Amino acid sequence: MHWQVVFPLVLFLMIIFGIGIWANQHIRSSNSFLQEYFLGGREMGGFILAMTMIATYGSASSFIGGPGVAYIKGLGWVLLAMAQLPAGYFVLMILGKKFAILARRYQAITLIDFLRERYQSHTIVIVSAISIIVFLFSAMMAQWVGGARLIESLTGLSYTAALFIFAISVLVYVIIGGFRAVALTDTVQGTIMVIGTIILLIGTIVAGGGIDNIMASLVAENPNFVSPFGAEGDLTPLYVSTFWILIGVGVVGLPQIAVRAMSYKDSKSMHLAIIIGTVAIGTIMFGMHLIGVLARPVLPGIEIGDKVMPLLTLKVLPPFLAGIVLAAPMAATMSTVNALLMLVSSTVVKDIYLNYIKPAANDTEIKRVSFIVTTVIGLAVILFALNPPDFLIWLNLFAFGGLEAVFIWSVVLGLYWKKANKYGAIASMIAGMTLYIVIDRCYPSVFGMHTVTIPIMASLLIFVSVSLLTHHKVKDTALIIE
Amino acid sequence: MKDQRFRIAHKEALIGIGLVLINFAIWFGFAYGLGAGDPAHYSYILGFPAWFFYSCIAGTGFMILLIWTVMKLFFKEVPFEEEER
Repeated sequence: MHWQVVFPLVLFLMIIFGIGIWANQHIRSSNSFLQEYFLGGREMGGFILAMTMIATYGSASSFIGGPGVAYIKGLGWVLLAMAQLPAGYFVLMILGKKFAILARRYQAITLIDFLRERYQSHTIVIVSAISIIVFLFSAMMAQWVGGARLIESLTGLSYTAALFIFAISVLVYVIIGGFRAVALTDTVQGTIMVIGTIILLIGTIVAGGGIDNIMASLVAENPNFVSPFGAEGDLTPLYVSTFWILIGVGVVGLPQIAVRAMSYKDSKSMHLAIIIGTVAIGTIMFGMHLIGVLARPVLPGIEIGDKVMPLLTLKVLPPFLAGIVLAAPMAATMSTVNALLMLVSSTVVKDIYLNYIKPAANDTEIKRVSFIVTTVIGLAVILFALNPPDFLIWLNLFAFGGLEAVFIWSVVLGLYWKKANKYGAIASMIAGMTLYIVIDRCYPSVFGMHTVTIPIMASLLIFVSVSLLTHHKVKDTALIIE
Repeated sequence: MKDQRFRIAHKEALIGIGLVLINFAIWFGFAYGLGAGDPAHYSYILGFPAWFFYSCIAGTGFMILLIWTVMKLFFKEVPFEEEER
């Protein structure tokens, strides 16, 4: 590995550290530790909000896995990836102002705070907390493993050494800097993701001798590479369309995304974030997946999809630019991991410790517990990532679609439907996750749709019918949302 | 009394749903409308197959413009803090 490639990566890590230390000063001077540490004092402006949303959402799979599949399937996979565009505007428009206003009214720090106020139910708090801790812990471990593998392949270090470099650099700034450090580093990371995508896209087109040339080579190899149905013709319109639920509108139900919709400063920030976020997510998802397809004539014969992006970068760009571009997948992984770490930690501290273990804890205690919990979770993830247990790998499969099925209706109907009540919410949460796991295990792509489709539809039906049936049993909590 | 800010929020959420439906219609219509034939006989625009150009490139550009316009015309600024009610 050339030092010129490694240099931008090291520079990137140093900037990230600096931000952590800077953010720590805010935490020391803040008079509301919880709100500062877990929400950055609700001060995010539009640009930061947009970047932290897209950086949290865009993970290693957008930069490594996705282009790898596009290399194998062709333009049909770019079409599928474009279902992610709504993640840029839909989430903020749906949760939008109402969520921001209610979160302030109830001084909610976590998504679960909001659910607790809305439904007045301990069962919901506990079910939500368990799903977040269990599934996002395993998701975090998977990202951690991905980040380490990436550093391993770029630098030639051993997996263990790479894991420690990756994990320690994330842990330090998250633990000392809290949400503010996470959001600010996300801004740097998101910017690198966008710029890296553009550089690599241009480099690849130039190396391939222009779009016309590349398309002609693709058609010569297999005309289906340029069809919307994929190289094997297996991407049916129905199957691809159901990805609009999984990676488009369903993103509303992801706790790590939803919590960001309560942390911005004012409605102006939200308006700006919607525009910037949509442009950024469109650029990254379009660019990276198209790069995967264009890579085929430029770099033929790669067997393992995950290697397409790193190998392509090293082939078509000069070393220094390659370093910047390769910082992008690292940034994408880190910005996802740091959000998950913050979320799991806030769930343990705010939703478990302060609700059930020690409600009367004072600020100093809360501070100490927050640092300790974040550190312990971080170290536990490293420990598991050293030798990932099968059970956690298995759980991670449900961390995305499964969590969407758990939370989407409790959040959305909780915000907008007066008759939504706790019985409906509990039934839909449990049914959502159970159905997701059962369908994924026993009937994958049932009726030619992605696994997520039926759990999300069924949990909506269950939510509405149970809420209506139990309407007489619940005191009117609807005032909360009027 | 109902919080007037929520009327605005509800309207904007409906706009969000409308935008996704338009987004989906453009994406689906061009991709499977123009892309259904034999890939060997596609027409090309700026080097890309026409279905791909309209669905993924022009369609995305159009959505960004549409979202920008909608934000400017229909989205209202409201205070988030309670004391200003």
